[in-house]
Amino acid sequence: MGDPILFFILAAITIAAGLGMVLSQNAVHSALFLVLNFTAIAVFYIVLNAPFIAMVQITVYAGAIMVLFLFVIMLLGAERLRGVRGGERWQQILAGILALALVAVFATIVLQRGTVTSGTATLIDTSPTALGLRLFEAYVLPFEITGILLLAAMIGVVVFSLKKK
Amino acid sequence: MPDVTIDWYIALSSILFVIGALGVLLRRNTIIIFMSVEMMLNSANLAFVAFARHLGDLDGQVLVFFVITVAAAEVAIGLALIVTIFRSKKSINIDDINLMKG
Repeated sequence: MGDPILFFILAAITIAAGLGMVLSQNAVHSALFLVLNFTAIAVFYIVLNAPFIAMVQITVYAGAIMVLFLFVIMLLGAERLRGVRGGERWQQILAGILALALVAVFATIVLQRGTVTSGTATLIDTSPTALGLRLFEAYVLPFEITGILLLAAMIGVVVFSLKKK
Repeated sequence: MPDVTIDWYIALSSILFVIGALGVLLRRNTIIIFMSVEMMLNSANLAFVAFARHLGDLDGQVLVFFVITVAAAEVAIGLALIVTIFRSKKSINIDDINLMKG
């Protein structure tokens, strides 16, 4: 599942970009860090034999969604909102404790499972054709529901954005 | 050098998820909180794709499509909400958004 050196470099970029996103004072910098994070994850997808997902990640996430974010940040002039680190001291401490608890839960799950006995499976066909066939053979109903969800979201956004009389 | 196994990807995915959760808990800027949620969804996607590779099964990659679609819908709705709230309250600090009725 990829070269260890490549994994470490990409993981370092991903985690650093994530931390930069959370800690940055300027919202535009946060958005750009998130783009870097998404792009690094897209490279992970290519390593993991998912080239089509990687392209979708770049176009939809790093492209469309982040442009929407940047647009709203600049529209509202929210680049520099004060009090960004948030709240009071006890809230920060509580957040730290909760994060450590979450790490402990994940670590327990991974360690309990023990070492991986079975090796990685052989490479499978992940071309857009194969993905599309699987999508429309086994997941037709979820696909339709997703379509309705998108329609509902679209109507909702239009209703929200209407000027009140 | 040891081989990269599924455990490494689960660990990375967990770390990203925790960073996102910390962002949600610590930050007060609503837009940053939304970005943190996006990062948590992305860490789940990474785990899905890693498992799809590990098990040699295409289903994990199909599920990622649904997650991305839901995330896109969520972002559109969320940002529209933020813009609407900003119009009436002139603020996107989460501490100012504490009334059910504007």
